[in-house]
This record gives sequence, C-alpha cells and structure tokens, in this order.
Amino acid sequence: MSQTRTETESASSEPNLLPEGWEMVIGLEVHAELATQTKMFSPARNQFGGDPNTNVHPVCLGLPGTLPVVNEKAVEHSIRIGLALNCTVQRCIWARKNYFYPDMPKDYQISQYDKPLNVDGWLDLPGGSRVGIERAHMEEDTGKSTHVGVSGRIHDAGYSLVDYNRAGVPLIEIVTRPEIRGPEQAKEYVEELRSILVTIGASDGKMEEGSLRVDANVSVRPTGADELRTRCEVKNVNSLRSLGRAIIYEARRHVDLYEAGDSPRQETRHWDEEAGRSRPGRSKEEAEDYRYFADPDLVPIDPSAEWIAEIAASIPALPKERRDALIGKGASAEAAAMAVGRQLDALALAAIEAGADADRVLTHVANNLAVDGAQNLDAGHLAELVKMETDGALTATQAKQVLAEMVETGSAPGAVAAAHGFEAMDTGELETLVDQLIADSPEEWERFVAGDDKARHKMQGFFTGQIMKATKGQADGKAVNQLLNQRASR
Amino acid sequence: MPEPREPLTTDDVAKVANLAMLDLSDDELVTFTSQLDAVLDLAGELNQFDVAEVAPTAHPFGLTNVFRPDEPEPDDIADAIREEALAAGPEVEDHQYRVPPALGEAL
Repeated sequence: MSQTRTETESASSEPNLLPEGWEMVIGLEVHAELATQTKMFSPARNQFGGDPNTNVHPVCLGLPGTLPVVNEKAVEHSIRIGLALNCTVQRCIWARKNYFYPDMPKDYQISQYDKPLNVDGWLDLPGGSRVGIERAHMEEDTGKSTHVGVSGRIHDAGYSLVDYNRAGVPLIEIVTRPEIRGPEQAKEYVEELRSILVTIGASDGKMEEGSLRVDANVSVRPTGADELRTRCEVKNVNSLRSLGRAIIYEARRHVDLYEAGDSPRQETRHWDEEAGRSRPGRSKEEAEDYRYFADPDLVPIDPSAEWIAEIAASIPALPKERRDALIGKGASAEAAAMAVGRQLDALALAAIEAGADADRVLTHVANNLAVDGAQNLDAGHLAELVKMETDGALTATQAKQVLAEMVETGSAPGAVAAAHGFEAMDTGELETLVDQLIADSPEEWERFVAGDDKARHKMQGFFTGQIMKATKGQADGKAVNQLLNQRASR
Repeated sequence: MPEPREPLTTDDVAKVANLAMLDLSDDELVTFTSQLDAVLDLAGELNQFDVAEVAPTAHPFGLTNVFRPDEPEPDDIADAIREEALAAGPEVEDHQYRVPPALGEAL
C-alpha cells in the first residue's frame, strides 16, 4: 500500500529512541478477520482451529467453474468498522490481486484496490493523539501452508502441506496514514483499534489466534522534515511487544544506513522475534507487481444511505465514549481505561450512579475484579458493598472477601457479610474498647502521645493490633486510628 | 485524442511473462510481442471516443449489491464436499494437500 503525502501533526510524547536529529515515520496495516458464520464468498464455515480442510468449499478451493457470492454480513461488519473509524463509506468494487502461492489456489486474492469501501477516517487515541485512516477495505484471507523440510525453515522446504480452512475468511484491512511517530503510539493505536472491533462485534481481535495481524511500514527522516523516505514493510509481528521491538529495530537500521552514507531499499521484511531482528522477505515478494484489475465475477457494492444509517444506529458506545463517561464521574484516565478494558465500565458506572464512592468502586475494578464472572455482578450489590465500606461497616479486607463471594454466588453483600459474622461494629462499642485499652496500657499510651513519629507509629500498630485481636478482625483499622488520634489530641 | 503509445518491446513481454510464471523462449518472446502489440492496437481503437461525460463501468450487468445470507452449508453437505475435495488432490498427507516447495525456484 502506498503511503500518501498528506500529513498532519500528531501529538506524540514518545522518548526519542533514535540518535539525535532523526524521527520515525510509521504507518500500520491491520488485518482483522470478521466475526461471521461463513466465509467471504462461500458458505463454508469461518471457524478457527478444527482439523485441516474441514471448512472448505469449491469456491474457496478455487475449483474451475465456481463463482463467488458476497456474504452480506461481512459487508455490514465492514461498514460498521468504517463508521466507527469516522470513514466515508462509498460505492466500491472488487479487484483481483494476482500472485502465485499455494495458499491461494485461484492464483489471485479477491481484494479491493482503487475503489475501497471505506476511506478518509481517523481514530483518536486515549493519550490524545489522532491517527488518520487512509482506507479500510474488504478482502479474503489466504490458506495456511506448513513447510516441511530439513530445518523447518522456508528456504529449506522440501515440500509444503496446505490447509484451506482459513482461505476465503472475510478480512478487513485497515491502513493508517504515515502519522505514527513511535512504538508506544503504534501499540496504543492497535490496542484502541482492537478494543473498537471487539466492542462493535465485528471481530474477536485475537492476535494470538491470528485473527488480528499487524504489518508496520517504517521509515525515518530528519526531525521536523516533511518528506517521506523509503519505507520497509515489516511482517510477521505477532504481538504488541513484537510490534514495538520491530519498529525500533527497523528504524535504527534505517538511521544506521543513512549515517553510513547508504540508504535502505524498499522491501518486505520479516520480523524474527527470537533473534530480535528483521530479515529481507522472499525474493518473489520483491517483485510486488500484482496486476490488479476489477473482478468480472463480482458486481459493485453501493450501500444505500438507509442501510448505512441503520448500521450507524446499531453501533454501541465506543471505548472512548465509555472511558469519558467514567472520567466524568471522577475516574482517572488510567482507571477508566482499565475498567473499559475489562468490560467492567458499565458495572462501575451503574454502581457510582447508585451512590457508591467512585474511588472505591474503581479500586475494586482494578484490584479485586479481574476474575471470570465479574461482569455479571449486580451493580446495586456493588454499590451496597461500597457503601458498607465507606460507612465503616466493613473493613477493606472484609470488603474484598465479601466481594469475591458475591461474584461467585451472586448474593447480596449484607447476606455475605452476616454469614461471615462481619457485623457492623457500633461506633460506641469501638470507642468503649479503645478507651478501655488506653486505660489498661498507660505506658504504651504515654509513648503514643509523647513519642516522636517513629514511636507513635509503632504504638499505633500496638493499639490497632490489640483492638483487632479483641474484635477478631472486625474493627475498621481506619476508625481505630481516628479514635486514637482524637483521644491523643484531647 | 490521447498521445499515440510507444510500441511494446520484448522486455515488456518478458516482464509480464515472468510475473505470470511463463517460461518463454527468445523466439516466443518476439512472436508474442508482435501479437500483444496488435491486441493493444485493437483495444486502442476505443480511444477515438470522447468518454469525458461517461461514468466508469465496473461491470457490464449494471447490477449492484448481490449478496448471500451468512448461513453455513449443512454439515452433511460440508462433510461430503471435504471428502470429495481431498480425494481430488494429487497428493494428500494428514488431510492436507501436499505441494512442491513454495518458493518457485524450480519454475
């Protein structure tokens, strides 16, 4: 994909990972498999895993005489993605991308070229920068070939085994403008994009299963210049960590070449995670001349304004909107991102709206709710629990224990607390206990009242420990400290 | 009228043949160069028409939005297709098609 020369400044606050005077120019191509029942052009199942060649059909095997028919759901998902990325959704056509490789038995891949479905969008990242989206087009996935040879490496392959289960799976390819300025922003972009794809139900976004794949177009230039220099496309980046490493490696390689008076060649390179370096791709791939032409087997797609409006109306609140809702209730950006990332933002928001303390709710989300079933927690119950905590009826430790049981059993916090004997301790009762303890420990009390900070801290531990012992851990440590300080300042 | 085009060269044809993985002899290159040049001349006759006001045609039928619902093939049919498709492969190993090395150096 060619990088366009329209540029906007992105607000990037990355540390400079390159020698002084150089900056990175990165464009990302993300391929996401669409969450459909069947393939792009055939009724074979779109399913990960399974025995080889179980999800096949004459169309995706490229058998003579077959004709592709477009999966309407795949187009709907693609339009939904385009709208979520602020793209213009337009009349589009299919194109044949011609190349020879056994994982694509027709000897061409059906894709989109000069008239893609979605163009000219953008994505706002949590950190405040905006990344331009050049296009998001539909295509079909390829099969999978396993190279069987002496060392298992492709260049020594004796022969290949081909499984066409993945051939023809509907894909969207989302291409950014070359506006990303460093590995952290690249990772942030992929994370936010993945979160959107999952939220709108268009893809499961699983990098580990290959349903979300990232290629990085990397080049460098003198800081502040607006030129675009020769780029290399780095493939085989299978995790966010690899993406960051691959970008840094590739950009430094380019700087080294320029500083040695040389320059990089435009080529496809493969990231080797174990070796921590990229290598040139197969020689055949360098002849990147795919001779695209309009596919005569398929007619144009011209989505009506009504259809687009219907799809737009079906898009749920996107991650940014959901984070903003929590931030509006006093959450920090990090806490909001964590809650949305764990799909616990609706729960947290409802609990806060029911009157629970926002900090306490978000602390539970961050520390105590990274467990299966947490999404099913009743927001009213969570609000009650937090209120019991802030009223002093439960200590933080007790609340954590009650919460774990609430997630497991779906019970109300009052019932769980009662079953554990975590009865609310009457303030008067606690005061009596504290006063009694002070009267029984005059030496310790003297050291608490008159001692330096260190002695005071030590004695505070003593008194709290005694009270906890006397109440079998039911007293609220904070309330005990408050009482001690109150008595000492009399 | 557009500029007259440059005549096709054997280098052009050699490049296209290479991309199509066709191994042509020097004689064949010469033969196909003149034949393809004649084909381009024929297609070039279309250049005499002024199409400035004509919308690009992506497909002769004038249809758009031909879709199928997202419904899988029934399992029994899918199984039968699998059996037949694998049986049609020249070489099959572990339910996968066995093919020559993918790099094409031999071609």
